[in-house]
Parts: sequence; C-alpha cells; structure tokens
Amino acid sequence: MSNGQDGKSFFLDDEEIPFEDGQTIIQAALSAGKYIPHLCYHPEFKPHGSCKLCTVRIDSRTITTEDGQTVKIPGRAAASCTTPAQDGQHVESETPELLDLRRTLVQMLLVEGNHYCPSCEKSGKCMLQGLGYDLGVMSPHFPQYFSKREVDASHPDILLDFNRCILCELCVRASAEVDKKNVFSLSGRGNTKHLICNSESGLLGDTNIAATDKAANVCPVGVILHKRHGFEVPYGQRRFDRAPISDNPVQYAPVKEQV
Amino acid sequence: MNAATPVRRKLKVATTSLAGCFGCHMSFLDIDERILDLVELVEFDRSPITDIKHCSPDCDIGVIEGGVCNAENVHVLHEFRKNCKILIAMGACAINGGLPAQRNSLDIRDILAAVYAQPGRGVHVPNDPEIPLLLNEVHPLHEVVKIDYFLPGCPPSGDAIWTFLTDLLAGRTPTLGHGLIHYD
Repeated sequence: MSNGQDGKSFFLDDEEIPFEDGQTIIQAALSAGKYIPHLCYHPEFKPHGSCKLCTVRIDSRTITTEDGQTVKIPGRAAASCTTPAQDGQHVESETPELLDLRRTLVQMLLVEGNHYCPSCEKSGKCMLQGLGYDLGVMSPHFPQYFSKREVDASHPDILLDFNRCILCELCVRASAEVDKKNVFSLSGRGNTKHLICNSESGLLGDTNIAATDKAANVCPVGVILHKRHGFEVPYGQRRFDRAPISDNPVQYAPVKEQV
Repeated sequence: MNAATPVRRKLKVATTSLAGCFGCHMSFLDIDERILDLVELVEFDRSPITDIKHCSPDCDIGVIEGGVCNAENVHVLHEFRKNCKILIAMGACAINGGLPAQRNSLDIRDILAAVYAQPGRGVHVPNDPEIPLLLNEVHPLHEVVKIDYFLPGCPPSGDAIWTFLTDLLAGRTPTLGHGLIHYD
C-alpha cells in the first residue's frame, strides 16, 4: 500500500492513489502522475470548478436486482478540482460516458468562441486544442456561434484577443491572488459574460499589468499574448506536437511560460 | 474450371473545394505513391483531379474542402449530398469556416466597399450575373447539409488523409491518434 502521509488513499479508475488530508481529487491524482483532463484548474490558485472538464463519478455501485440482473448505479458526478479526496473512495474518470461528456464540453467551447487555430499564436501549446486532440474531438458538432468580440492592443507588451476567451478565470485569479493587482474580472451573465480589464477606459494599456505578472502568463488559450513573441516555435516542435497533453500530467499542468 | 471470382466494384469518390484554398487537395496529393494503392480501391468521379464537372448519382464518398461562402458553394454542396452516400468535411474551413469565416464579424457591404473602392471613382462592386453572390456569413458544411465524417487540419497531413480514407474503406470508424489529429 502506497498510502499518503496520513495513510489514506482512494481509487482512481481502480488504481490506488495516496493523498493527504485537504487535497482535492485532482491534486492527489496529478501528484501521483495520473492525468485528469482540466482547463480552469491551476495548482497555484483556488479551485474554480467552472470548466467541468475534470468531472468524475464518485462511488458508483453495482447492485443485483430481484430477478438476478446486475445493474450499475452511477455515482455522483463532481468536479475533481473542488472535491476533497476521501479515504476508500472509488473515483471513475476514464469512462466512455465521461470522455463523451468531456468531448461535448470541448466542442461547446470551440463553437462558442472564435477558435481559428491556423492563425492563432497559441496553436501547438493551447490547452483547449491539446484537450481536443487528446480526447479525439474531430468535429464541432454544434453550429458555430460566430460571436463578435474585440481585440485590445493598447498595452505595449501584451495583446488581448477576446475571441478565444473560455472564461476560465485563470488570469482573474492570478491577478487577484498572486499579483495582487485585480487587473481582470468577468462581467455580464449567461452568453453575454465576458472578460473585462480594471481601468476607467476598460483598456488593458491603462491598467498596471506587466508582462512578467502571473496573470500575463497563465492563459490556457490564445487570449493573453505577448507581443513580438508569436510563432517562435516551428510547426512540429510545439508542445502538443511533441507529446499529447495527457502524457505528462505534472509537466503539462499550467505552468509559467518562458517569456 | 474456376468459378469466376466476383470483382469488387471500386468505390466512387468525388472531391471538391468550396471556400477553401485547395491546400487540402494539395495535401491529399502528399499521400504520394500511395495514390496507386488508393486507385486500386476507388475511382475518382467529380474532382479537380479528373475535371469531371458533375457528380455521378451513385458516388460512395464525397470529400469536401472549404466552407460555404457563396450561392454556388451551396448548390455544389447540395449536389454532393444528393449524390454521395458518405460526405466528409475535410480541413478547418469545411469544419468551422476557417480563415474565410473571420469576415463574419464584419458587414458584407463594408467589406465589398473596402475592397472595391477606387480612389476618386467611388465603389464598383463586380455584379456580372456569372459571379456567384456572396453569403452574408461563411458557414461550415454541417450547418448546411448532414456531414458524416470530419477530418480536421489546416490542412490535414497526407498521412492523416491516408489513415482516414483507408480506415473508412476498410469499414472502420476513422480515428487519428497523436500527431495525426491537428486543428492547424
């Protein structure tokens, strides 16, 4: 038994995962080298639980009915980034049902924004794209939303392309929790929800964000881009050209990028 | 005497490029000499490769590059859907409109005015009846007709196209693993 410090463990897809009190399911899984797909989770910030990519099923049961048939009762679905790990718990992640749901989530994100990978500087290291590849998302399935969004090039070092925002709030949390600057926030509700900048003009150039800030380096997609650094890595050598996103869960958890 | 072995009919494949750049067709030719293996299994019907102008009514597979940006694209797409048992959307433009769809956030009149404005001579938008009318938005194929399979990439690599087609011809659901599935 490879239990954690407290001698506690749970089962992820029948594999025993040790954990320490206070760890969430995804924290314990990533520490053990087990990948659970995620977009809005970041090891350094408070969990947000909004993208639902990391949804798992907890404690499914198999029962035998009176006529002798075996029936599986699905366990409750929960975001593994906000659910504390518990001793002896049985967690399912790589099931056909959950993989299908994750594909649908990625498809919905892809049609909601304007994600044109061929012209995006983030292509090849975009987490949404990497997840699409890894989950085998071949089609958008849904009609394109073709939302009309702006670009903010007012900052000397940083470009904002709102067309690709997935509302994960990683930049919001990085700016508030790490940089202590509160540069970003989400505004509006439902399909009018969008990312805004904390300045009177609403422009990024009028905020106090710097290119070295955490908030400027956590965007999992191609919204917050560093000017003069586009397409630096050639096609074929980019992060997800080299290895799929699930290949090295710790390495491919969102990390500060080299600027 | 040997009983005559039944000869398997070659599958008919039609291809076309709508609002695309022919990059996917060029990539298709990147299967190189494997095209000789392919023509053992298929015959090309309407396609830029054969220059046949219309689909035979009994096509098995239609491969379409590019999205739908004008009235002619809509007609061609309907012709493919009517005559092909299986339709494949090949490449980023066919799948989500691709780069041409980036005009969707702009008013078509403004675009035409900006492109055809001549200094001092006003705006002369070409209006020859032979020129297909532009749609106000570029659409992916699946928003116009039922699409059976999607092959992403800009373009999909020759290897991806080869894997996809050979899977399909062998009766398998095509799957592209790491390195073959690309959105760019």
